[in-house]
Amino acid sequence: MNFRMIIYILGWILVFETIFLLIPLVTAIIYGESCVTAVLLSIAVCLAVGGLLIIKKPKNTVLYSREGFVIVSMSWIVLSLFGSLPFVFSGAIPNFIDALFETVSGFTTTGASILSEVETMPRAMLMWRSFTHWVGGMGVLVFIMAFIPLSGGQNIHIMKAESPGPSVSKLVPKVKTTALILYSIYFVLTLVEFVLLLFGGMSVFEALNTALATAGTGGFGIKNDSLGGYSPYIQIVVTVFMIMFAINFGSYYFVISGKLREALNKEVRIFLIIVFSAITIITLNVRGMFDSIGEAVRHVSFTVASIISTTGFSTVDFDLWPELSRTVIVLLMFVGGCAGSTGGGIKVTRVIILVKGLAKELEVMIHPKQLKKISVDSKPIEHEVVRSVNSYLVCYVLLFAASAALISIDEHDLITNFTAVSASINNIGPGLELVGPTQNFSVFSAPSKLVLIFDMLAGRLELFPMLLLFSRATWKK
Amino acid sequence: MNIIIVGCGKVGQALAVQLSNDGNNITVIDLSAPKVNEVIGRHDIMGVVGNGATHLIQQEAGIKKADLLIAVTGSDELNLLCCLIAKKEGNCQTIARVRNPQYNTEARFLKDELGLAMIINPEYASAAEIARILRFPSAIKIETFAKGRVELIKFRLPEGSPIVNMAVKEVIAKLKCDVLICTIERGGEAYIANGDFVFREKDVISVVASPRKANDFFNKIKYKMRSVRDVMIVGGGEITHYLADILLRSDIAVKVIEKEPKVCEEMCTTLPDVTVINGDAVEQELLLEEGLENTGGFVALTNLDEENILLSLFAKNKSKCKLITKINRIDFDEVVNQLDLDSIIYPKHLTAETIVRYVRAMKNTIGSNVETLYSVIKDKVEAAEFIVREQSPIVGIPLSELKFKENVLVAAILRDRKVIIPRGHDVFLPGDAVVIVSQIMALHDITDMLKKG
Repeated sequence: MNFRMIIYILGWILVFETIFLLIPLVTAIIYGESCVTAVLLSIAVCLAVGGLLIIKKPKNTVLYSREGFVIVSMSWIVLSLFGSLPFVFSGAIPNFIDALFETVSGFTTTGASILSEVETMPRAMLMWRSFTHWVGGMGVLVFIMAFIPLSGGQNIHIMKAESPGPSVSKLVPKVKTTALILYSIYFVLTLVEFVLLLFGGMSVFEALNTALATAGTGGFGIKNDSLGGYSPYIQIVVTVFMIMFAINFGSYYFVISGKLREALNKEVRIFLIIVFSAITIITLNVRGMFDSIGEAVRHVSFTVASIISTTGFSTVDFDLWPELSRTVIVLLMFVGGCAGSTGGGIKVTRVIILVKGLAKELEVMIHPKQLKKISVDSKPIEHEVVRSVNSYLVCYVLLFAASAALISIDEHDLITNFTAVSASINNIGPGLELVGPTQNFSVFSAPSKLVLIFDMLAGRLELFPMLLLFSRATWKK
Repeated sequence: MNIIIVGCGKVGQALAVQLSNDGNNITVIDLSAPKVNEVIGRHDIMGVVGNGATHLIQQEAGIKKADLLIAVTGSDELNLLCCLIAKKEGNCQTIARVRNPQYNTEARFLKDELGLAMIINPEYASAAEIARILRFPSAIKIETFAKGRVELIKFRLPEGSPIVNMAVKEVIAKLKCDVLICTIERGGEAYIANGDFVFREKDVISVVASPRKANDFFNKIKYKMRSVRDVMIVGGGEITHYLADILLRSDIAVKVIEKEPKVCEEMCTTLPDVTVINGDAVEQELLLEEGLENTGGFVALTNLDEENILLSLFAKNKSKCKLITKINRIDFDEVVNQLDLDSIIYPKHLTAETIVRYVRAMKNTIGSNVETLYSVIKDKVEAAEFIVREQSPIVGIPLSELKFKENVLVAAILRDRKVIIPRGHDVFLPGDAVVIVSQIMALHDITDMLKKG
């Protein structure tokens, strides 16, 4: 284990966090808020610790997959720990566990909050919450690895550990160029949404926050009723962008390079089919609750997009909807976005591979000697990938069960516990009942919050990196 | 440049690593998924699993935007097919590895008619390299610049040489030789010679000189020059065929020891002037009986690396002849180098090096202006040849006044067919070809060797 190298990279993470913290600093200065000193203090702490760690570049810069996993999980932990400082220092969220929950929820693009009243928060803090979504959505490490001076091509281990989806493919041969392309797409899409929201009559502050939170598929709102109070135009824009950010960014690259057939691959098609069928089912189910069918479609589309993209914005309280709709929503939580997007959940590719794998197994039961390989987009899926998807699912179920059991010590009802874990592990935000769209996570005790914090991180990093932290083999010299 | 490499074997991997480190965008294609995954896990390149000779896979690898396709799979025909399809599908140059001797005689036809940029035959390249070493047996390695008018010769300083414990500048002053000492290798470290460097026994030294001046120099440092009259080759593979042919043409007697009677018979017919011995070279008696002690050169070319190494070590014990050992696996080169085996030929290195050289030259037609490029010490020191342009800022300034970076050496200037071994008062003139030895990898322009500002 190359500890020096891990420490060195963690140092760089903090240096970058210093840069990220300039955003709330500028916000605080613009609006003349009193939390300037708190943000400055946080910056000083990050810079001091980070600077200390990167003074000496280690001689041995080799990273194997083991280091890759540790670096990814440790980086996200460090990023969240230091990212919660502004909340604590400014007194906006005085309790450290609460502040950590809020920050982790931000970076993992969950959007679950412990705040019941957000409109009175300092704008700098709201800005920081939204910005953590944006940073966490695309993943920080690949970005950072592309820019810190390191040699060698071992970055792929980090890219594999951090980016969502069962298998990682680069768009172009160099990691650096690939990262650059993905971030450019990310940046441009965010910018377009920001401009469209401005047209809808939002203020610059509101538009920027909403755009950042949508881009990361995060879901922190700046209003107590999330997006319920905004015009239909704004709600439609956000709906469209939530879906767009849940689609594999590789597809946009294919669109730019003129390969439309590859852009509309199996995963994207299935994803869109799921979205439209869910909208149809729920609309039929809830049409009586709205004045017109148009309004029903608008709110249902918004909710479906928000849940499947794992954003977590809301325009209406879907906890009040009939059971069928509530069940469909809970099922959508598990599906999540496409691989290689900023969305969370199990991911559509994995669902496709799991279903195809199951079909194959059934067929093999009928013809025991049959040899068969499953394929997606007429490309055979390697056995390794199928195996890792299967173990992912097992891991997912076990973690889910353990977490639900642990937080049930708080004696809340089953639906609350179940959807709270689901909303955390799938990085969505709101669940049902006590953690529904109009409620928040402050009902849980501190130990439960820690469990949910772990779930959010594990969910964002696709389970394995976080779990490997607990394996003794990882830490052996 | 965007480069596609078909075939992920040792050569393909070596190429991928070197070319990627040079800043090219590499995509490798191989049928075996584990192999591809291994390479892309270790280096910053992209991989595609599939048959590189299908246009679908080539498209997936981005043939449309590729500048070059290199086909180095195990099969000649597949390599040629890859290149053909790439030519039709994209707009790129192609390089194929073709090793079958039957195609070798047709290399020119294939190249011209199929539009290949380069055909590389590792066996032939190895044979040519061995022949070059046998013609100049004192050297470990010889590179030629400026169409053979300048040689970069690498040799091991013998025990008891008069220049041991002397500094570089003393040697130059005392011997009054027009050679330039470039690099010194000692215990795995490479040094670019400066005036105060002191020689030790067993240092590996490379010098730049014209061929005639080089002989003069070797006489003065009491380095024995033995011209090889006869060569004993163990193993009757393809390299042996090419090598025997080349050696016979320069009047060197060739004796081949091969244990397969069939191979022996074949060789008798194709190369009638070769003395073919049917026997197992592992029998020491046989080697001694066939005159190992008195032979001028001994070349171990069997298919087993271990056997080659042992044979060479045995020959080293029994004879003072020039030893050349062929080693296929490149993974242990550091260990092998410690064995003091004289010259070692790595056909795979050679193939990769030749292609890398070509690619760099190709790139230069786009950006910089390196004419030829050689690696003097693997991955540490390289020698590049530049042409000085009219408007270059270095024209007309004496070398002593130019501010060179550390570990850069101007090794030779070629002007109107004359070789100048540069000293402080010399100047560059437009049209000069200049050979520069440096530790800075990837020089792109002659001005890269100067300190900035």
